[in-house]
Amino acid sequence: MKKLFALLLVVTLMATLFVGVGSAEGEFDWKAYAGTKIQVMFNQHNYQKAITDYGKLEAFQELTGIEVEYSVTPEENYFDKLSVALSSKGGDPDIFMTGAYQVWDYASAGYMEPLDEYITDPDYNFADFYPGVAGTLAWDCIPGHAVGSGHQWALPMGYELNDIAYNKKYFDENNIAVPKTTGELLELSKSLKGWHGGENDYGIAVRGTRNWATIHPGYMSLFATWGAKDFEVEDGKLVCKLDSPEAIAMTDYWVKLIVEGSSPQWATFTWYEAGANFGAGVAAILYDATCNAYFQSYPADASAEAGNFGWIPGVVPDDSGLTENDIKSNVWVWSMGMNANSDNKGAAWLFLKYFTGPEFMLFSGTEGACADSPRASVAESEEYKAIVGQQFNYLESLDALLPNATIQFTPQPYFFETTTEWAATLQDLVQAYRDTGSCDTEGAMKALKAKLDIAVEDLVCE
Amino acid sequence: MIQNNSTNNGGTAPTDLNVAPLSRRIRPYLIVAPALLITIGILIPFGMAIYFSMTGYTFRNPDPTFLGFKDFAFLKNWIRMFQDAQFWNAVWVTLRYAFWSTIIELLLGLGIAMLLGNTDNRFSRILRVALIFPLMVAPVIGTLIWQLMLRSGVGIIDKFLNTLGIYGMQWGASSKTAMLTVVMIDVWVNCPFVIILVLAGIQSLPKSPFESAKIDGGSAWFNFKTLTLPMLKPTILIALLFRLMAALQEFGIIFALTKGGPGDTLMSLSVTAYTRAFLYQKFSGALPFILVLWFIVNTVAKRIVTAWRKSQYQATGKELEEVAKKEGLIKRLVKGGKAK
Repeated sequence: MKKLFALLLVVTLMATLFVGVGSAEGEFDWKAYAGTKIQVMFNQHNYQKAITDYGKLEAFQELTGIEVEYSVTPEENYFDKLSVALSSKGGDPDIFMTGAYQVWDYASAGYMEPLDEYITDPDYNFADFYPGVAGTLAWDCIPGHAVGSGHQWALPMGYELNDIAYNKKYFDENNIAVPKTTGELLELSKSLKGWHGGENDYGIAVRGTRNWATIHPGYMSLFATWGAKDFEVEDGKLVCKLDSPEAIAMTDYWVKLIVEGSSPQWATFTWYEAGANFGAGVAAILYDATCNAYFQSYPADASAEAGNFGWIPGVVPDDSGLTENDIKSNVWVWSMGMNANSDNKGAAWLFLKYFTGPEFMLFSGTEGACADSPRASVAESEEYKAIVGQQFNYLESLDALLPNATIQFTPQPYFFETTTEWAATLQDLVQAYRDTGSCDTEGAMKALKAKLDIAVEDLVCE
Repeated sequence: MIQNNSTNNGGTAPTDLNVAPLSRRIRPYLIVAPALLITIGILIPFGMAIYFSMTGYTFRNPDPTFLGFKDFAFLKNWIRMFQDAQFWNAVWVTLRYAFWSTIIELLLGLGIAMLLGNTDNRFSRILRVALIFPLMVAPVIGTLIWQLMLRSGVGIIDKFLNTLGIYGMQWGASSKTAMLTVVMIDVWVNCPFVIILVLAGIQSLPKSPFESAKIDGGSAWFNFKTLTLPMLKPTILIALLFRLMAALQEFGIIFALTKGGPGDTLMSLSVTAYTRAFLYQKFSGALPFILVLWFIVNTVAKRIVTAWRKSQYQATGKELEEVAKKEGLIKRLVKGGKAK
């Protein structure tokens, strides 16, 4: 009996030991790269602030023993600086903020580490990301091919759709109906000149600098809704389609909207100026990234007009027969990627895992003021909805747009050249319309098409 | 004492006695060695720029084969640039910007320096210090300050114009006023440099010619035209040299305000090269723009330096001395010729 008891005791102890060992092996070792130092490059943004300004970076360093050095650069110059750093192939930075469009350039040049192996980490729960969001960061590096297939090059921090925000308080007080069509939006924007009692107040704020960022928010969303395309693949080559009737009609409309309903200083407006004018009560409407108006509304002291806003998905072209369900939105995804030349890939992965993980994203989506969480577990949580859902029709507009939201551009590595030249043409058209009351949109778009066909002539789409 | 007797006494061959020691012979080379090293340091990147301007070096193709000539484009980038309307526009924008900003800074700087140089009270002393402030601000920061001051409905200058009934000024947002706006900011940032330089020049002028002119009853305009201006000419040319070179290369102010827009209104050579190199990632295509800019700056600088040397002679009266010497020599030669 004693022998049997002893045997049972030994078996029990052994089993406990094995279970113990098993759980110790299953527990993730955050200290695996303690003592390593990594470099991180951030673009100045709320997503960066959520990491650096709330003590979360210190918490990560304490948890992992990894030392993190970082730099923060304003968006206007961030990608120039990053491009130079990556092309030096020195391995610095190990981690960097990026967007999907940049992936087309950086990944095809071989500067980004494919993350496919890393994201199989069972603790990470990659499947929790909305596929439409995470998928924009996967690409097979073939110009003209859609995103969503190929290596996963980066991981989302937050996504942005583009919709229309308006000063709901003013609209309600003056019984103004929200616009449903492009014609209504134009007339309304014109009528809102001086709406807040100031000579400088105007209808609609949109971006306008000589930069790719002018094209990708409201302009590209309406461009896609109108049925226009930037490029198409023909006989294995990219062919610019900016001279199509849809592209010309939409651009013509946009020029009128800017001259008749927007700020005279439109050509110097970045996302910041557009958002700030909306928050200050200078502009009554903002057609830009969903979160741009959100940043002006939350927290309560974010701007003079904070809390007074409402959102709608957008407008449809007059007499097009389209409905709200047909409105398309261009997607932008702020994300983080890993340098292919990094010497600290293990530690860099821990950084990515921590700061794109569900726990941190719940914090950034709520207290960190980063709306539009790319993780379903966060976006559908009560904490998130309790904060973001306070904004009138914000989540509803997102839901309406999501089915038709994708990157509306044709993926190709000369994205910045083509869209910057596009923005320059738009500026020329606005100037001509402002000076003379008319502009040759068709002629300008045909000239732009010819220029962009040359710019992409060396790309092979197979 | 070592005498050089190799030529004057009928061509005697040098001996060991009249050869200088090695340390003395290499001394000139040692003296110029640091300058030589710096020159080499300057010339290496310059040579690399010329080389890469003839390759297909881009962000996507960062390793063009050097000796195998895999991506050797020879003059392709250069020919493309000369055929590109944006290049000629960039040259025109660069020259216009440099001309207007430099000329306004020189005239304004000279005027203010003259006023400050001829008064010495507490107010002028405070002004001399205060005028230096813009020089302490980086041009990009200065541009951002101006951007805020000009911002519609928010900026202090726009608000001031509003009180005069002027609304909707576009400043950098219009192709009509964009050049004016960037030149205005350039003048604000750099005019103090001209003022300080000219002021120092005025204060170092000799007093006696002015005292003589005063005794002779010379008017202020006469003094300025015949005394101050000729004697200040070397200083003014130095100011012109520095300001014109910097204005031709200006990047920060234009880029921070409009990125070269609206359209191509402010796409100078610097801004075009930067945009093509760092935004479009086509480094080799951007380098010819920079090399053309170097050529323009170099040509202009050489001419100003030549004018400056001449003006120094004029200002110090050395030119008259030399003329007199030459004339004297000619007279002697003529006399000598007649005597023979």
